[in-house]
Amino acid sequence: MTLGLLNANPVVQAKKERLARTQDQHRDYDGLDTLDTKYVRDIRDPEHPYSLEQLSVLSEDSITLDDKLNRILITFTPTIQHCRMATIIGLCLRAKLKECLPLHYKVDIRVSPGSHADEDSVNKQLNDKERVVAALENPNLRQLVDECICSNEI
Amino acid sequence: MAALNNLTEHLEAFVDVTRSPTHHAESLRAIATSLEKSVLSINQLVVEMDMYLTTTDDVVRARGRILLLAEMLDYLKPKPLDNAVVNSLVGFFTAKLAEWRSVRGALTGCLALIKRKGVAGLVTAVDAEAVAKSMAQSVQVQSLALYDRKLCFELLECLLEQYPEAMINLGDLMVYATCEAIDGEKDPPCLMVAFHVVELLARLFPSPSGPVASEASDLFEFISCYFPLHYTHTKGDETSIPREDLSRGLSVDSLKCLKDCAVNYGVSRMKKHYEGIWSAIKDALYASTGTDLSFGLESLTSPGFEMGEIHREAVNLLQRLVKQDISFLGLVADDIRVKMIFDTISRYSRYEEMLDTSKLEVLVVSQILSVSARASVESCNTIFETFFVRLMNTLGIVEKTSSGDLVHNENSTVSTRLYHGGLHLCIELLTASKDLIPSSEEDSSTPESAQQSWCSIVNRFSVSLIEAFTSAVQSSNDDCSADAYLGVKGLLAMGMFRGGSSPVSRSEFEKILTTLTSIITANSAKTVKWELALKALVCMGSFIDQYHESEKAMSYMGIVVENLVSLVRSSHCSLPHPMILEATSEVCSTRPTYVEKMVQGFEEAFCSSFSDFCVNGNFKSIENCSQLLECVTNKLLPRLTEIDGLEKSLVHFAISMWNQIESSVVFSYDFNGREFVEAAMKTMRQIVGVASVDSQNSIIQKAYNVISSSTLPAMESIPLTFAALEGLQRDLSTRDELILSLFASAVIGASPMASFADVKSLIKLFMVSSLKGYISAAQALGSMVNKLGTGLEEACDTIFHESSASGNNTSSVDSSKSIGGSETLLAKICLGFYGSLDLQTRAITGLAWIGKGLLMRGDKRVNEIAHVLVECLKSTNSSGNALHPSALKHAADAFLTLMSDSEVCLNRKFHAVIRPLYKQRFFSITVPILESLIVNSQTPLSRTMLHVALAHVISNVPVTVILDNTKKLLPVILEGLSVLSVDSEHKETLFSLLLVLSGTLTDIKGQQSVSDNAHRIIECLVKLTSYPHLMVVRETAIQCLATLLELPHRRIYPFRREVLQAVTKALDDPKRRVREEAIKCRQAWTSISSRSTPF
Repeated sequence: MTLGLLNANPVVQAKKERLARTQDQHRDYDGLDTLDTKYVRDIRDPEHPYSLEQLSVLSEDSITLDDKLNRILITFTPTIQHCRMATIIGLCLRAKLKECLPLHYKVDIRVSPGSHADEDSVNKQLNDKERVVAALENPNLRQLVDECICSNEI
Repeated sequence: MAALNNLTEHLEAFVDVTRSPTHHAESLRAIATSLEKSVLSINQLVVEMDMYLTTTDDVVRARGRILLLAEMLDYLKPKPLDNAVVNSLVGFFTAKLAEWRSVRGALTGCLALIKRKGVAGLVTAVDAEAVAKSMAQSVQVQSLALYDRKLCFELLECLLEQYPEAMINLGDLMVYATCEAIDGEKDPPCLMVAFHVVELLARLFPSPSGPVASEASDLFEFISCYFPLHYTHTKGDETSIPREDLSRGLSVDSLKCLKDCAVNYGVSRMKKHYEGIWSAIKDALYASTGTDLSFGLESLTSPGFEMGEIHREAVNLLQRLVKQDISFLGLVADDIRVKMIFDTISRYSRYEEMLDTSKLEVLVVSQILSVSARASVESCNTIFETFFVRLMNTLGIVEKTSSGDLVHNENSTVSTRLYHGGLHLCIELLTASKDLIPSSEEDSSTPESAQQSWCSIVNRFSVSLIEAFTSAVQSSNDDCSADAYLGVKGLLAMGMFRGGSSPVSRSEFEKILTTLTSIITANSAKTVKWELALKALVCMGSFIDQYHESEKAMSYMGIVVENLVSLVRSSHCSLPHPMILEATSEVCSTRPTYVEKMVQGFEEAFCSSFSDFCVNGNFKSIENCSQLLECVTNKLLPRLTEIDGLEKSLVHFAISMWNQIESSVVFSYDFNGREFVEAAMKTMRQIVGVASVDSQNSIIQKAYNVISSSTLPAMESIPLTFAALEGLQRDLSTRDELILSLFASAVIGASPMASFADVKSLIKLFMVSSLKGYISAAQALGSMVNKLGTGLEEACDTIFHESSASGNNTSSVDSSKSIGGSETLLAKICLGFYGSLDLQTRAITGLAWIGKGLLMRGDKRVNEIAHVLVECLKSTNSSGNALHPSALKHAADAFLTLMSDSEVCLNRKFHAVIRPLYKQRFFSITVPILESLIVNSQTPLSRTMLHVALAHVISNVPVTVILDNTKKLLPVILEGLSVLSVDSEHKETLFSLLLVLSGTLTDIKGQQSVSDNAHRIIECLVKLTSYPHLMVVRETAIQCLATLLELPHRRIYPFRREVLQAVTKALDDPKRRVREEAIKCRQAWTSISSRSTPF
């Protein structure tokens, strides 16, 4: 890490309005709330003190949810082409979703096409079960991931 | 004596240094309250503290004697004290300043005494001098602890602020003491006070040869070493001030400072800075004004845009300068941006078409002009002469000639041009000028000519102005509220000129009222325009009332009030009835005379609609009646205290309701639904509730007469025997039903002081009708037994005894009359010995309300009633017959009736007699019985119902009672939770019981037994995380699980797997809130072991 920051000056976007909780909605109404995407948007970037949403790494459109097949596809866009952090961001996403989602979802995580120099290998690495588990057993990586996903928003 | 005993206890607690600060504060507060309530006098306190005063233990003495007394005085600042007491106390504290051990107490005491303001018992100047002297001589400030130093500085500050003469007498000594105190001070909060002390000193000794001057070099040396001040911005420090706040604060301060300069330096010295100041003011205004002009309802009486602190200060400064020197106005008038405003205005006709820059120009310039106009009469004249006439020309508003005609009557095609910007400016100027009309008493002293100028200008244009505003309102359509807003606001501004010298004549004022009223009556839907007009009328109404404008009040009455009231009265009108009612009630609440008029109108409207319904069967009329009654309850009754004379009118209204019902002998038609009866009951209850005892009596008397004229008294003759009661149906005629319900409502609202003519027959009437299934009759019975004074015995006799005494030969049991016990007829019906199931359930409900009335007043008979109800919860009665499930359910619900607070009756609003702790008492009576019954219950149904009853009792008792008995109750609560979770019918009961459980989990008192029962609690909560019938139950259960993590690690660790499994399932919950709680809970439980997930 002698090179300093990979992307020293990222563009920061505004956060989307959080849905305020209203007091009265809690009784009577018994509809089914759809599963939502907000679990991941507050994950902190490994490099900057901003959330992934603020850095436009993730947006609501980049997450596709198929409730029937229990599949989730997340496509994220690293801020720069050579971002070494892409795998770590992906790892954070996966770890966070593992904490928040019921077990029966299958999660696919990809970088958006053309946004990363080493797209294929990153995708392969992120969706390889063994490598994810191995990575999360590495104490240094584990600590970094924990710090990133520990957000106080939810 | 009890107070003294407690006192000793509290004193002990306070003096004991080993106890916690909160404990100290508590005992302190307790003593202070008793002093405040004058239960205890200061002298008594001192006597009681004797032991602590004479003890040889330094610490105890310092704390007990001095600090306690001092803190006490701090609490008692607002309480008047005897001068002698204050004097002796000051002397005492002054003397104690010398003793270093007790210095804190002495300082606190002096400070508390010196700070006393405006109440009896002030410190005299001589005493203050003594305090200062003693402090200067014997307190070494810099050798004290931080908190004590702060007290010292505060004491100095207070002395200098409140006793300047005394301090001047001390002269040198004071200055010297201050120097000494400040020298070497390091703590910022102390320094802030210290700087202020120096400032005060300098103000006190201004003379160049005075004590401050002679010590000046020393003082300067001490203080200068703190300069320059550094603004160090530390990251992540929550207390630090962000840069924006700092710059805002500095701006505000400099504007304030400039204003002070203007005040102190006078016109001649300020003059050369005018240009600089003017441009600064302009900059500040431009920078602090937004471009959003609100056209909403709420801004009708406010500027319509947000005003920051900078803005406010800039406005103040401008106003000050213009007030002081009219020549400053020259700068304003010559300013290029101000001059340009007319071009800007005439470039756009609609506000929303304007560019942001133009919007800003319009808003700021209208601010500048209106503020300048507001400053003084002269400036107002100048502004009106220079700008207003020009503005009128731009807007195409013409003036009237001396003969009163408009200038170009012949050429009416030249129409006014309604530029929004111009209208806004115009309104701002008019609003500003209206404050300049002197109130009537000053009128004579002001030279006529000085104030005439702007008045006459407005007067010249008033007719056309009103026309212009009217046409703005009328031309507006729904999708553009700006026209309507500006029009109405303009009319409002024109209508708010005060007094005889108003530029708006009476006929013009009336025209404004007519216009606004016609807007209200012409609309058939609730538009923005309608609401604006209504609000404007309300504003004008309260303005008239505030300034006692009798002439205008007459116009208002004639045009607005009478018009609206006549609309209420007439049934044919394009405006929907609720809107008329709203408008009328809003407008008329501005003045007592209008209220009287309105209630009269309401009365007539009620009577005519009601009879229309009775005779013609017009359902529309009865609907109008219910709306009218709702308006009375929701709009008028809450404002009873604000409006004089409303109570009298309402009582009259209630009586004429009765009159109307009395005279409508035949009801040809049935009510369509219960709305009307409900509304009438509510109104009657509340009117009786707020009325004075005399009025209550007259209403009840009236009602009683109506009752006697109906067929209801026949019911009183129904003997309270089983044979007679068996066949009872809900068979009353519509009219009787109405009369009965209304009468019950009147009884419910009556106070204990009200008198009832014939208690016995009333009770009988209500008994029979409650057994017929009228709940309000049961509630009225409860209210009566709750409130009756001497008649209580008779009433209870009627309810409980007479029934069995009147020859009930089916009863095989010995009829020895226990009071309200299970031997009476009512009890037997409840227990299902005779009669249909309907009769049984009604009897149970009735018994519950009677019980509630007795329980609240603390009557013993409630025990018997509780006993009967408990008997009903058993699956079989004493003769072995099985009870019907529905009866069990009603009996269980009876406990809810008994314990919960009712909105409808038996509460403070309806003058219920409420003994303190009645819930606790009932709790302690019933819980043991219910518990033992649960253990011995024979059938699952009975067990469930016993649990429901117990849950009602537990969840309605104050939580502290539960906390005191956690150990005993926790197992029952847990069992209750699991029993109740079986059926969805009990979901609300389950939820309230779960809330009780969660209350015990979080409290320190319950911790031990929670810890002991951890396994059972967790098991129960885990089950509830998948409770399908109510989302909040799942959510609360998961929250409780998270709370349990506060228990000792070794207690909860074994359940980790079980909890995580349950919570992981909850991640898949259909409701988002449950999922979110589950995530939080899961994270928390995962983190108690290693980070790795256990799966």
